[in-house]
Amino acid sequence: MSLGTDSPIIKISEVSKFFGEFQALKSVSLDVGSGERVVVCGPSGSGKSTLIRCINRLEKHEQGEIIVDGVTLSDARESLEKIRANVGMVFQQFNLFPHLSVIDNLTLGPKRVYGLSEKEAKARAMEYLERVRIPDQADKFPRHLSGGQQQRVAIARSLCMEPRILLFDEPTSALDPEMITEVLEVMTELAGSGMTMIVVTHEMGFARKVADRMVFMDQGEIVEIAKPEKFFTTPDSQRSRDFLQKILNH
Amino acid sequence: MTKLFIALSSFLLLSGCAGNWGWYVVDPSTPNGMTNLKFMATGAYYTILMSLTAIIISVVVGLLIALPGLSAKPGVRAINRVYVEVVRAVPILVLILWVYYGLPTLTGITLNVFWAGVLALALSDSAFQAEIFRAGIQSISRGQYEAAQSISLNYRDTMRYVILPQAIRRILPALGNQLVYMLKMSSLVSVIGMQELTRRANELVVTEYRPLEIYTILVLEYLVLILIVSAGVRWLERRMQAAES
Ligand SMILES: Nc1ncnc2c1ncn2[C@@H]1O[C@H](COP(=O)(O)OP(=O)(O)OP(=O)(O)O)[C@@H](O)[C@H]1O
Ligand SMILES: [Mg+2]
Repeated sequence: MSLGTDSPIIKISEVSKFFGEFQALKSVSLDVGSGERVVVCGPSGSGKSTLIRCINRLEKHEQGEIIVDGVTLSDARESLEKIRANVGMVFQQFNLFPHLSVIDNLTLGPKRVYGLSEKEAKARAMEYLERVRIPDQADKFPRHLSGGQQQRVAIARSLCMEPRILLFDEPTSALDPEMITEVLEVMTELAGSGMTMIVVTHEMGFARKVADRMVFMDQGEIVEIAKPEKFFTTPDSQRSRDFLQKILNH
Repeated sequence: MTKLFIALSSFLLLSGCAGNWGWYVVDPSTPNGMTNLKFMATGAYYTILMSLTAIIISVVVGLLIALPGLSAKPGVRAINRVYVEVVRAVPILVLILWVYYGLPTLTGITLNVFWAGVLALALSDSAFQAEIFRAGIQSISRGQYEAAQSISLNYRDTMRYVILPQAIRRILPALGNQLVYMLKMSSLVSVIGMQELTRRANELVVTEYRPLEIYTILVLEYLVLILIVSAGVRWLERRMQAAES
């Protein structure tokens, strides 16, 4: 089931993904419009991570088709590099490069992938460090930063590639409560800037405020797609209701 | 460390005065002793040169052999396994003899003693280096690869800028061990006539008939060399850590 959008930048059509015998995605379809903000939620193991990881091909889907910005995902190296430069990803565990300073974490991609000079790459990196409000940490190493700061560096690292799409896989789940806000603030700001975003999160406050559409997954399927106003008040499916009940009373 | 060395050598010198020892063969205050000492010590040049050249080659070859060992394809992984198992099974001494005496007949290319020694040492060590690199690379979390992929780095850049710098930091102590091991194993190249530390000691024993003193000096030479190398490796480790803080 999919809800149409006029100019989809991501088209996912009947995608299935198997891990051995286990089917993690069951014929999933979803279109995401340019500039749209989609929040994906659902119980643990429902396939949320798998779905967004298929979009930048960290996972290969076995059936169906994914088209990102006009390019059909395949093993062809050229299309892969194009898509990955266009689709950023922010991970739950930050995955910063621990042996590189913050600034070097940010400049690596632009230098190697876009051929920017050291100076250009640095200028760009500082610009995005300011966007995530930590320009003063540029010369530190990741392990000297707090979790919230590390995640903001990770967001800046993605932004340095100037992608059209950003994927977030539970970006605040590994953070102490007092640091969640600073990361959500940065994400909210990004959402306001017209970036296409797909966010897997359990932060329902953020979802309500930022999401254009909610996607609810369970057992490898998209069970429900709805506007947040509707999803949080009168969801169609029983499974959504059960899930919301659990998570909101939690 | 230096204290230990001084204590040890003064003990040996003192007991030498007591009777059985004949330190005159390596007594720096006599012309002959000085000549002998110089002859022995300058062998260090070849020991070091051979070991360093061999370890550089074995690190490169080891890395090239380690990479297919990380492949998802069993056929590609087999290249790594076969190489490692075969090379690891051959004793270094046998490899030295085979490269020096056997290889020319097989290929028509005659290697001089130095390069035959280097090749044999490097070949033998590369199997161990391959295993060290493989373990080091495998210890880097999957998230690092994924982060590199998510910013569109290709395989080469991912390895070069993300994975290997971290892996090398982790395996540096093991690489240091291999260098120490290499310095010791280079003594085996003496059998084909390489004028390194051990060969020179052997030659001197033949002319001077004082194996106890000469081999004691040889032991001390290796000891000093290896203590210096160990200290160097530790310094390098500390410097790499310091660079990150
Ligand atoms: N590499 C893998 N190998 C085998 N099974 C996997 C692999 N990755 C995910 N799975 C399985 O696929 C299913 C979906 O996993 P996925 O990580 O997408 O869930 P999720 O919705 O993100 O859950 P969570 O909220 O816990 O992150 C799970 O049952 C998981 O065990
Ligand atoms: Mg997940």
